[in-house]
Amino acid sequence: MRYLPHTPEEIAAMLAAIGAPSLDNLFDPVPADCRMTSAWDLPAAKSEWELNDHMRDLAAAMRVDEHTKILVGAGSYQHHIPETVRSLASRSEFLTAYTPYQPEMAQGTLQGIFEYQTLTARLLGVDVVNASMYDGASALAEALLMGLRIAKKKKRVAVAKAIHPHYRAVVRAYLQPAGYEIVELDFSVGGRTDLSGLDALEDIAAVALQSPNFFGVIEDLEAAAATIHGAGMLFITCFTEPLAYGLLKNPGSCGADIVCGEGQSFGIAPSFGGPGLGMFGCKEPFTRNLPGRLVGETKDLEGRRGYVLTLATREQHIRREKATSNICSNQGICAMTAGMYMASLGGTGIRQLARLNYDKTQYCKETLRKAGATMVFDGPVFNEFVVEFPTDFKPAYERLLAKNIVAGLELGALYPEMAGRYLFCVTETISKQTMDSIAAEVGA
Amino acid sequence: MKELEELHLPDDIRYTDEHEWARITGDTVRIGVSDYAQDQLGDIVFVELPAIGDSFAKGDEFGTLESVKAVSELYMPMSGEVVAVNTALTDSPELINQEPYGAWIIEIKPTDRSEYEKLFSAAAYLDLLKG
Repeated sequence: MRYLPHTPEEIAAMLAAIGAPSLDNLFDPVPADCRMTSAWDLPAAKSEWELNDHMRDLAAAMRVDEHTKILVGAGSYQHHIPETVRSLASRSEFLTAYTPYQPEMAQGTLQGIFEYQTLTARLLGVDVVNASMYDGASALAEALLMGLRIAKKKKRVAVAKAIHPHYRAVVRAYLQPAGYEIVELDFSVGGRTDLSGLDALEDIAAVALQSPNFFGVIEDLEAAAATIHGAGMLFITCFTEPLAYGLLKNPGSCGADIVCGEGQSFGIAPSFGGPGLGMFGCKEPFTRNLPGRLVGETKDLEGRRGYVLTLATREQHIRREKATSNICSNQGICAMTAGMYMASLGGTGIRQLARLNYDKTQYCKETLRKAGATMVFDGPVFNEFVVEFPTDFKPAYERLLAKNIVAGLELGALYPEMAGRYLFCVTETISKQTMDSIAAEVGA
Repeated sequence: MKELEELHLPDDIRYTDEHEWARITGDTVRIGVSDYAQDQLGDIVFVELPAIGDSFAKGDEFGTLESVKAVSELYMPMSGEVVAVNTALTDSPELINQEPYGAWIIEIKPTDRSEYEKLFSAAAYLDLLKG
């Protein structure tokens, strides 16, 4: 297959037709500092077998092999992917990145996405869920923009500092150039977000919390909803680990207006940090401000059930600069995969799996505590927690790495004040032996 | 869609070039959209209303109309404060298609009644539509 669509002859013919003497001349109006002046700095092309070797080397450098036990979550989780999901999601009928605009061609895909929306809405406790966003981070940015749209004249949002630092970076990238101001809310000693100063803040459209937050601590969403709504602000919650809602009361029933987050945990491999799945839903009164696409159920002329994209009049191809969002085609297969995962486990399965994650995490905390480590926050957790060791943990971390165990994430790079502390994650894939060997190294 | 001659354009109200109409009702002014606007939009499925007490200047956006094919902004024909909104439209937005001049959208207390006189008469509005 040729990847370059135009031959030099075609380019010359097009330039002649518009009367431009050269390509450089055509691009002259683009400011010089926005143009690439040096040549591409790319390595030479490789043969197929050389490329395979190269990819294998890259993979080997990244601890993504099946033999490594990973006790790092922080937004990307190592969960077992049931064979049903692998098998269904790899069917060629579903493998399209493009939006199913044509209902007469795409009933299977549309129904699959509709079911993903339905299952996700039940999990999160919201009335409506869209056909997904790029990832958790961009979903949070879109949720805040949605909050600003609903609040109309307000120009500021408040965002918890205990939200994933990468998410907050994406939020800044979306909001700051548009002239919106972001206020960060600190966390208290227990690891929960401190909302005591909220009343003193003015012009805030929406407040965003993550639960479980980046430190694994479960926020008190019901109390937060009362405080935030009492201050006349919208309440947005986000998450990096949706499995937590198999066990915890969901954000919608705790009073959240908009709920969003990362759905990678549901059947999508961590890969190289992506692609992810932005789950996004809200309560009914805000439906018309929802960004992205929505699949709805309808009837055809003969009364048969069918599925179509709905409420598309607010999307960019119809409403241009006033569209609710400028999200384009995302990876629909990720939403489909999460739908298959939820359907494979069922409500009972998700609850049992969440319980297993919780129990294993409690065991890990306990063994580390017995080995001399202390928990940094005393707030309740799901499958992640921050721990502090009596002595420098780095040597033990290296010894464990040599045994194919990635023992936590050192937090200094993301929160300088937390340097030397480690964020651990324990999913169902981590065995008791693995946790015991970590505790043994701490004690050694 | 209707021919221009088929449009119903009552003489006792005034129009804007954004296709809203205004009708004096005692101390207040009711605002809706013209027969031309409802006909162009097609089946209206949702009306986004402002809150009572909101104040807008002439030309400000005060809400949106959503039809099966587009979403359009609604603009104030005159400056004023919203004193009532037609809540019947929340459940029955199609009233605007059925009776564009009965289905008012908002009622305002105008800040400057002389703004009414500057709006288009039915004849002037029809001329505008004819281009």
